[in-house]
Amino acid sequence: MAYSEKVIEHYENPRNVGAFDKNDPSVGTGLVGAPACGDVMRLQIRVNDAGVIEDAKFKTFGCGSAIASSSIATEWIKGKSLDEAATVRNSQIAEELNLPPVKIHCSVLAEDAIKSAIEDYRKKRAAREVLDKE
Amino acid sequence: MTLKFPIYMDNHATTPVDPRVLDAMLPFFTQDFGNAASRTHAYGWHAEAAVDGARDTLARLINAESGKEIVFTSGATESDNLALKGVAEYYGAKGNHIVTTTIEHKAVLDSAKRLEKQGFTVTHVSAGPDGIVDPDDIKKALTDKTILVSVMLANNEVGTIQPIAEIGKLTRERGALFHVDAVQGIGKTPFDVRAMNVDLASLTAHKIYGPKGVGALYVRRSKPRVRLMAQMDGGGHERGNRSGTLNVPGIVGFAKAAEIMINEGAAEAVKLRALRDRLWKKLTSELDSVVLNGHAEQLLPGNLNLSFAFVEGEGLMMAIKDVAVSSGSACTSASLEPSYVLRSMGLDEDMAHSSIRFGLGRFNTEEEVDYVAELVVSKVRRLRDMSPLWEMHQEGIDIKSIEWVAH
Repeated sequence: MAYSEKVIEHYENPRNVGAFDKNDPSVGTGLVGAPACGDVMRLQIRVNDAGVIEDAKFKTFGCGSAIASSSIATEWIKGKSLDEAATVRNSQIAEELNLPPVKIHCSVLAEDAIKSAIEDYRKKRAAREVLDKE
Repeated sequence: MTLKFPIYMDNHATTPVDPRVLDAMLPFFTQDFGNAASRTHAYGWHAEAAVDGARDTLARLINAESGKEIVFTSGATESDNLALKGVAEYYGAKGNHIVTTTIEHKAVLDSAKRLEKQGFTVTHVSAGPDGIVDPDDIKKALTDKTILVSVMLANNEVGTIQPIAEIGKLTRERGALFHVDAVQGIGKTPFDVRAMNVDLASLTAHKIYGPKGVGALYVRRSKPRVRLMAQMDGGGHERGNRSGTLNVPGIVGFAKAAEIMINEGAAEAVKLRALRDRLWKKLTSELDSVVLNGHAEQLLPGNLNLSFAFVEGEGLMMAIKDVAVSSGSACTSASLEPSYVLRSMGLDEDMAHSSIRFGLGRFNTEEEVDYVAELVVSKVRRLRDMSPLWEMHQEGIDIKSIEWVAH
């Protein structure tokens, strides 16, 4: 199967590979997928007090399309508010990377990873606010 | 010596035609182009003589009694189809049970599946975790209704060599016919249809440096005489077993490839084993968590099937695009299912996704092996640095202890 130029470009020069401390209160972590399915994505966001995603990182176990989808997802959500980031759709990622039908699930996973990271951050924040009030 | 890219290490998929084979074939396209079935002129006689010579060479390769036991086909898929369906249709009145294994080629498995739809019962014997079928399991599967047992000589993914002689003994005792898909093994590991009590054997040219599009089915003519129902109707070629004008240049090339294997196969196996061991040592001296799939000794000389844990196979193949290999990863198939061979051996699915099959062949060199080893080591390291699973492994987290949500 031939890959699109954009997939190859992101695969060879992935943006934002790495990790943040998942215990840092300003960090939200999303871990989606399963090893048995051949892809696992971990996407992390660092959020400032204004609710803006200042930085994002990922690590992915998967094929070239999965790595490219994670790379582009981190690039797109940087600088966005949490609500804006939550509007990123898998179809946009699939279109941007020109993914063939058999690889659409890679973009779905990237969307899930963004949502999961946002949810994790919001949960942490809510828990902290409860603590602060006490 | 300069390396030629991409480096070909997928010799289980197919092999390049040996230049000696091509030389033998060429005259049969233009000068000696006759139809081997033409009985009225020298063109036909010459073609027929060439084909009969080829039958004898192939018979010698597998130690068949006579060239008359060779039925030429379009390739091993057709040979497997003809063996299973031809036997089932002919002997169906005698019994309706067929025994095969879970690691056979799809040409055998899907032929068996079709026969099931037609009322036959098929027992699939599993291979062990080492990719080898236990003859005792075959023995247990045999019933009074078993007419055919089909087991491959060597597996195309993990290269494991099956105990054909032991199984042949069992089937002979029980009076069931024994078909062997010998495609991956011929010329590379001993195969003797008489000593091993094999009744039918599928062969193909393009895995032994011959051309694509030509294969053969060995059909035993005595003790027992095996009968088939032809699956292709027409001019009654190949003693009525397979109609269709013979591919004379292909058959001549097939025989030349077989002759080279008869003369050089044993020495070539020694060379390939050395290259394989070199690749294995270089990879495992530099990388942790590399697992050999299959059996460490009982395997084809050029086969090395490895799982690079925490790295996905297709992702790795993309990183080593200068090397032609294949993977058991789901992502390389349209079905998104990882290799059924690896799964039936009990391999965890994530390890099946991480598998790469290196298939070394006649034209690979030490320089190529060294280049590939170095490339794979650096790319596996890079992908592990990007892998959340590798990070967890480094932190001592067992990825099996996590409740993953399958999607």
